[in-house]
Amino acid sequence: MEAALDPIVRWMPPVLALGLSPLMLGIIHRTKALFGGRRGAPLFQVYYDLWKLVHKGAVYSRTTSWLFRAGPIIGLAAVLLCLFVVPMGGVPAPVAFTGDLILLVGLLGLMRFVTVLAALDTGSSFEGMGASREVQFAALAEPALLLILAGLARLTHHLSLSEIFDGLTAAHWSQLGPALALMMIALMVVVLAENCRIPVDDPATHLELTMIHEVMVLDHGGPDFAFIQYGAALKLWVLGILSVNLLLPAFPVNPWLGLLAGLGGLFGVAVLVGVVESTMARLRMLVVPQLLIGAGALAAVALIFLLK
Amino acid sequence: MNIELLLVLIVLTNLRLLASGRLGAAIRTVALQGVLLAALPLMAHEPGHFWRAGALALGTMALKGIVFPWLLFRALREADVEREVNPYVGYFTSLLAGVLGLAVALRLSARLPGLPTTASPLLVPVAVFSILAGLLLIVGRRRAVSQVLGFLVLENGVYTFGVGVMREVSLLVEVAVLLDVLVAVFVMGIALFHINREFDHIDADRLSSLKD
Repeated sequence: MEAALDPIVRWMPPVLALGLSPLMLGIIHRTKALFGGRRGAPLFQVYYDLWKLVHKGAVYSRTTSWLFRAGPIIGLAAVLLCLFVVPMGGVPAPVAFTGDLILLVGLLGLMRFVTVLAALDTGSSFEGMGASREVQFAALAEPALLLILAGLARLTHHLSLSEIFDGLTAAHWSQLGPALALMMIALMVVVLAENCRIPVDDPATHLELTMIHEVMVLDHGGPDFAFIQYGAALKLWVLGILSVNLLLPAFPVNPWLGLLAGLGGLFGVAVLVGVVESTMARLRMLVVPQLLIGAGALAAVALIFLLK
Repeated sequence: MNIELLLVLIVLTNLRLLASGRLGAAIRTVALQGVLLAALPLMAHEPGHFWRAGALALGTMALKGIVFPWLLFRALREADVEREVNPYVGYFTSLLAGVLGLAVALRLSARLPGLPTTASPLLVPVAVFSILAGLLLIVGRRRAVSQVLGFLVLENGVYTFGVGVMREVSLLVEVAVLLDVLVAVFVMGIALFHINREFDHIDADRLSSLKD
């Protein structure tokens, strides 16, 4: 199948991600506006914001070092690399090798690590607080993600994301539906937590004491902030596409149709995130670890059922 | 709904119980588990025994889904205790122990010799897991209500085993067990009330410091 695939199609997943990931944020904002009874910002507002930001100059505090400047760049580079190993809607990723699922988790970890370093580099107490929270929650969300991927690898007997999602069929859902549903729920929690959405973090909050991710990037401005925002959109895309791939098993259709289905699924994820944000309050900070550990436990239960 | 989904849901209620921090939520979870268990005989019964399975389902539903939760809520209200579980073993450890317990249950039931074929390969592991979770709730919780819940979950495990594995004799045995459990919950409810009236708390650990 892969040999016959048109190279243009093979490169479509990353190209689509580069072009359309900010649109996902726009859809989330639009959904929230709809629930709030507002008209909301245009769908392409995030693009305008990014355009505006890259044309601004950046201001750097004299207390910061090169770490602060490197953070957004390395972070964006890491998530860009992720795009090349994640398949989409039955179309394999441009790069696929054994163990690339570990690379994916590692790259997302690297992205967070450099963001945290940059936040700590500012010396601001608020940013240190945000960094501490981010790392605390990530330490719980990451094992959950790894457990989910381990379960999928076990299920399909492959160790590469493209092969895993290529091997995942509708038959798996009918045979092992409960285990897959558990993984799906855990993955949705991970998607919300990793992308700093409600109920874990509120991206729209403006109170430093309650912020997690947003407080870490307070001191970034101009192009650096554009990199961070674009990186966040791409991260939402990457994790969203994992859940879409899990939900829409591969079936032999025209790859273009598969891409279209994947795209539709992603926008569905964006709407779902918007609905969650509109209907739920964020959890108390003390309850968030329980949610994440719960998600990890669900993924572990699914893995145990699959190992049997 | 297929039986595997039902069994996975039972596993999830067990994990929810291990993770819950509120007595009210825990009682509701046990009630939910009772309702799920009531559906189990309908799916696991032998062909031709529909009425027996239906009667068992109805009895289970009435007792585990309605009567027990009602009794426990009443005990909770009359004892007027704080609503927190206040465990010895905390949220994270309980959940971890639960997941490990599930792995152990699966491993253990794969090695049990001489089991007849069951309606689902998950039935025996889930039964064993319920028993382990019940034990964990009994030893790991401070409030007497939690320990009653642990006892109920343990019994639910035995019930799951009975419904799934010993299908021929199950009705008589199950009805007897249900009655026993009913009496037990009654007695425990009354005991709870008296403990609370004498000592103004229902913390089981503080009873051990009693002297005669």
